Amino acid sequence: MLSRNSSRTAQRLLRTAAQPSQTLNIARSFASVQDSPAVQSSIQSDLFKPTKYGGKYTVTLIPGDGIGAEVAESVKTVFKADNVPITWEQIDVSGVETGSPGRTEEAFNEAVASLRRNKLGLKGILHTPVSRSGHQSFNVAMRQELDIYASISLIKNIPGLVTRHKDVDLCIIRENTEGEYSGLEHQSVPGVVESLKIITRAKSERIAKFAFSFALANHRKKVTCIHKANIMKLADGLFRGTFQRLAKEYPQLESNDMIVDNASMQCVSRPQQFDVLVMPNLYGGILSNIAAALVGGPGVVPGCNMGRDVAVFEPGCRHVGLDIQGKDQANPTALLLSGAMLLRHLGLDDHANRISNAVYDVIAQGAIRTRDMGGNATTHEFTRAILNSMEKAL
Amino acid sequence: MFALRSIAAPAQRQCLRVAPRAAAPFALRNQRQYSSKGEQVAKFNGIKDANGKYPVSLIEGDGIGPEIAVAVKDIFAAAKAPITWEPISVDPIIKDGRTAIPDTAIESIKRNKIALKGPLATPIGKGHVSLNLTLRRTFNLFANLRPCRSVAGYKTPYDDVDTVLIRENTEGEYSGIEHVVVDGVVQSIKLITRDASERVLRYAFQHAQSIGRKKVRVVHKATIMKMSDGLFLNVAREIAREYPDIEFDAELLDNTCLKMTTDPLPYNDKVLVMPNLYGDILSDMCAGLIGGLGLTPSGNIGDECSIFEAVHGSAPDIAGKNLANPTALLLSSMMMLRHMSLGEYADRIEKAAFATLAEGKVLTGDLGGKSTTTDFASAIINKL
Repeated sequence: MLSRNSSRTAQRLLRTAAQPSQTLNIARSFASVQDSPAVQSSIQSDLFKPTKYGGKYTVTLIPGDGIGAEVAESVKTVFKADNVPITWEQIDVSGVETGSPGRTEEAFNEAVASLRRNKLGLKGILHTPVSRSGHQSFNVAMRQELDIYASISLIKNIPGLVTRHKDVDLCIIRENTEGEYSGLEHQSVPGVVESLKIITRAKSERIAKFAFSFALANHRKKVTCIHKANIMKLADGLFRGTFQRLAKEYPQLESNDMIVDNASMQCVSRPQQFDVLVMPNLYGGILSNIAAALVGGPGVVPGCNMGRDVAVFEPGCRHVGLDIQGKDQANPTALLLSGAMLLRHLGLDDHANRISNAVYDVIAQGAIRTRDMGGNATTHEFTRAILNSMEKAL
Repeated sequence: MFALRSIAAPAQRQCLRVAPRAAAPFALRNQRQYSSKGEQVAKFNGIKDANGKYPVSLIEGDGIGPEIAVAVKDIFAAAKAPITWEPISVDPIIKDGRTAIPDTAIESIKRNKIALKGPLATPIGKGHVSLNLTLRRTFNLFANLRPCRSVAGYKTPYDDVDTVLIRENTEGEYSGIEHVVVDGVVQSIKLITRDASERVLRYAFQHAQSIGRKKVRVVHKATIMKMSDGLFLNVAREIAREYPDIEFDAELLDNTCLKMTTDPLPYNDKVLVMPNLYGDILSDMCAGLIGGLGLTPSGNIGDECSIFEAVHGSAPDIAGKNLANPTALLLSSMMMLRHMSLGEYADRIEKAAFATLAEGKVLTGDLGGKSTTTDFASAIINKL
């Protein structure tokens, strides 16, 4: 039987989940204007319009831990060179324990407030300590606080960067706010620990709708639901059931479902079969890592996190990179491409295309690549090459 | 205030529903034992019969099961392995409203302490817990051992893979404790206990010793699940002290997924051990690296008995057509022989099987050949 504590928590989760269900139908899309009516309506009903001040957008920049500072520097340099109308509001949050916990909390709260104000952010990854005394993951806390419910990772082979797999083009959409990351754990008696995984219909519905709208807006053909409903018959059963019910509303898209262990096996043997994948929280973490490895690692996978009000763009495969911190070896591609997604989100397609083309161009030429892509250029050299390429294209 | 396991309590809330758990015979439940320091976990205690052979319970399974079982039996006969087969059926019965396996099957496996199992088709429909799960719970098979080794002759994007994964098999995310809190809100409980963690971790270290690997690595997600995975990790650190000759480290699940898919070679000298769900996903992913479940063996290890099995599906579409690939069941049977300390037979059969696969002349359809199951088996027998 549940104790009062955990059932109360569950009720609270339900309440927060149930509230938005009216407005949720409108998953936001990044697409430019399409002709499909479903997409039109989703664009028209877009709630979120960041404000311009003095012709510039203000965007929260959270460089993050590890390689964050270096790659954020690279993004700032490239954006400045292209005269992108963005003012950065940089907040240095860190998840690394420094011994002054008050300061980290304060920076975290500041970051959340800034994101709430600006509604747009570009973010690196924050470190989470393993130790039990350590704080809750700031990455997770931020997503829960701002209800940034959908995480998107775009996994696609970059032309010229040869990996073991060809023609991979998939997109992982991950529920970000519940599931195994609920953070509800307790020790019943010493040596027996329970960790709660929460799945709610309301949140399953909104992530499924988001996935379908995303697929429509981006001309994708198929949406696959990843689950483990054969074992977790109620929890994942609810997720899958909700997905299947919603799939009927999108007859123009193909939809199927797959068990997570099979999906990870298919992912390393025949990743070409996948298009858009939608799944609960933990499976998303696993599959986005497997899939990122197919196309060249976390350094080249962009992504973003979408909420009702706030959109935070961050690398799609979340690795802090503490091991190569400060060595000028980091690959800024993931954050640069995430930045380009941010620009498209703002309708600044010209800037986005110029920047992403330059990045692809440098990688395709192959002379200057960072270490993870098989080269030996530094982050600075790579950034410089991108700037040169942008100059040439003018 | 702490919540207790919901199975024991009466449903006070109207809508509280408990997911059905498989029935384990009461007697076996009580025998559930855990490991303690210095003790050999899951040692094989089978006894030879009058002819000097070990009896082994054989669950042929559904679909292609009987065909591949015949292939394995023929190969074992040719290799003169000291095994007699005792075929049993585990067609599920409903006992007190729950899925259970017939008593005769339970008795056979309890007597022989070892079984080989073909693929089983879980009947689709309400109320049936998967038979694999039922078997695991009935016999308390706490560890799932999943080695994956590249097969020469079958090309995949990854070469020379040789990973060993051990997965906790009884609790974690698959505890089966779930309920609807209110309509539209489901809680599923991941259960981690010190005892079960200790036992599987100790088995992992002992297995590493027995196959001559010097490193054991725990895969966890203790950054997010600080208490549950944190407990598993802490227990691992304690157990590691008992095995000073083995190097121990821990890795975050995300990193393992990423690194293994990028390059699996650094994992060739390690034994990986992890909680249930991660093990399930990663072991299948490793199978994907080498070409699928048709080439990977699996062993479910318990204190009292162990069941070795082919983890692939029952492939009803090619059943009875003599087209199935018996490799997975054959490799599992070799793991079984090694578990029974009959390693010399396993080595001989393994050599013949890998040589046949590497030659690539006689292969079944799933590996791109045209041969039948019987041809493939005879090719191996000829090599013996």
